[in-house]
Amino acid sequence: MNSACRLPLFSSDDLDLPVAWRDEGGRAVSRSRRRLLAEAALLAEKMSPHLAPGAGIVNLCNDRYHFALGFVAGLLLDAVSLQPASHAHETLAEIAADYPGSLCLRDGDDSALPPALRDFPLPDLSLAQPDGITQQPEIPVDRVVAILFTSGSTGRPQAQRKTWGKLVANVEAGAQALGLAHMPQHIVATVPAQHSYGFESSFLPALQAASPFWAGKPFYPQDITAALAAVPRPRLLVTTPFHLATLLDAGIDIPALDGIVSATAPLAPELAARAEAALGAPLLEIYGSTESGQLASRRPTQDTAWTLLAGVRLEDAAGQILASGRHVEGRVPLGDRIERLADGRFELLGRHADIINVAGKRTSLAWLNHQISAIPGVRDAAFYLPAGRPGQHVVRLAAFVVAPGLSSQGLLAALRQRIDAVFLPRPLRLLDVLPRNSTGKLTQQALETLYQQAMHE
Amino acid sequence: MSTAPTPETVAALLPEVAQLIVEALNLEVTADEIQPDAPLFGDGLGLDSIDVLEIALVISKRYGFQLRSDNADNTRIFASLRALTAHIASQRTQ
Repeated sequence: MNSACRLPLFSSDDLDLPVAWRDEGGRAVSRSRRRLLAEAALLAEKMSPHLAPGAGIVNLCNDRYHFALGFVAGLLLDAVSLQPASHAHETLAEIAADYPGSLCLRDGDDSALPPALRDFPLPDLSLAQPDGITQQPEIPVDRVVAILFTSGSTGRPQAQRKTWGKLVANVEAGAQALGLAHMPQHIVATVPAQHSYGFESSFLPALQAASPFWAGKPFYPQDITAALAAVPRPRLLVTTPFHLATLLDAGIDIPALDGIVSATAPLAPELAARAEAALGAPLLEIYGSTESGQLASRRPTQDTAWTLLAGVRLEDAAGQILASGRHVEGRVPLGDRIERLADGRFELLGRHADIINVAGKRTSLAWLNHQISAIPGVRDAAFYLPAGRPGQHVVRLAAFVVAPGLSSQGLLAALRQRIDAVFLPRPLRLLDVLPRNSTGKLTQQALETLYQQAMHE
Repeated sequence: MSTAPTPETVAALLPEVAQLIVEALNLEVTADEIQPDAPLFGDGLGLDSIDVLEIALVISKRYGFQLRSDNADNTRIFASLRALTAHIASQRTQ
């Protein structure tokens, strides 16, 4: 693709179509594409004097519509949207160091930022002039418009650069798999717009699949049902196994749904069946990663095998499965063990040992071990993910640490600065030495033994 | 539907709510080790948003009401065991 090739922000030119629904004084109202463009243009005008050339916008807005304002303002300013995996202080500090001069767009959160990151609270945009907007922007397909960060094993956030062309292709393929291409839906999502799943399944479909999102990020089961009731049908719930389980367990009335999407962690087949029975809508799972974008989908009540999205290919390179094609940037190694089937579909056999998933958030044990080892005073440390117990919604990590002179409370406080709270260890045990073998390795069995001891103290 | 509970009502309910939290989250502390006025999040008991959903679920089962994000200040409700207990005492239907 050459730089002269551009694609529009929205998949059709009708600027009066809704792009979002939101709560305004207890009433659900829609926001048109035209209004989004007008407010984003005003935001861009206000940000422009503060933004260094080549700098980006760290978009931490919680409200999906506010996130959209920051994203579109970035498109208008040619400022990349920087989307960290967590709000942990160290993560933001590293991004600030790697992308100097960047602004941090926030809505309502006034907690402390790293000094190198300049705060830009979302300003008042009520003077925006929607009537003055007569056309939509077109963006070069090869422009990097968003950088999504994953926690790499090296200890620094890994930047996944997304061009506009690849994002459009990704959401087209995803919309096809979810049926949005034929029937646009109203999307209620329990996941943030910044992370790859929420970005691709709750935010981009509003731009490229005529499927407006609910601006809020409902949290409690009662919030989810209220959000669903606030938007017109057809309604699509974009969620995770954890949120879905708590929603069903709450035992409350749920408004009629037309589709459910789950991703970030494998969905137990029983939960999928329960969800379809209780909600009366088909449930689709999406498989993908921040590195690759969305790759495949399946309906777990009908089939365990995954069907690749249009144009996506898998190949086996010396035992490592690589994804490529269409919207996938390059050839991306997958963190899962995969069995390819003769008909082109595949089965997921499980994750590689180093990659872990807690409540839908992924990271690597190597990265966590790097983070805890980097705390002054820590001599040796190992995180461990134990097997879950029946009925347990979320399995927590354990950590075993050699840190003479440090307390577990002090260690937890230091860790909290570095890693997402869901990865904080429970339990954290201080030991004199870790049971490393003659080659310096900690076996799974040794870690399990430590874990059993910790649980039976 | 909400009535302001007396401090005595809240104090009497504290051990029960503490026990509920410890059991729901498999915490390593015992119920009587949770300081009624210490923060539940961050540097206090160290709970996170996953825990909040788990607690919300057991509260709805035990006390017959659902928590909502928008009609109450969650930061305030989950500020401490005492604050959470006071909220339960004012909202419970069973």
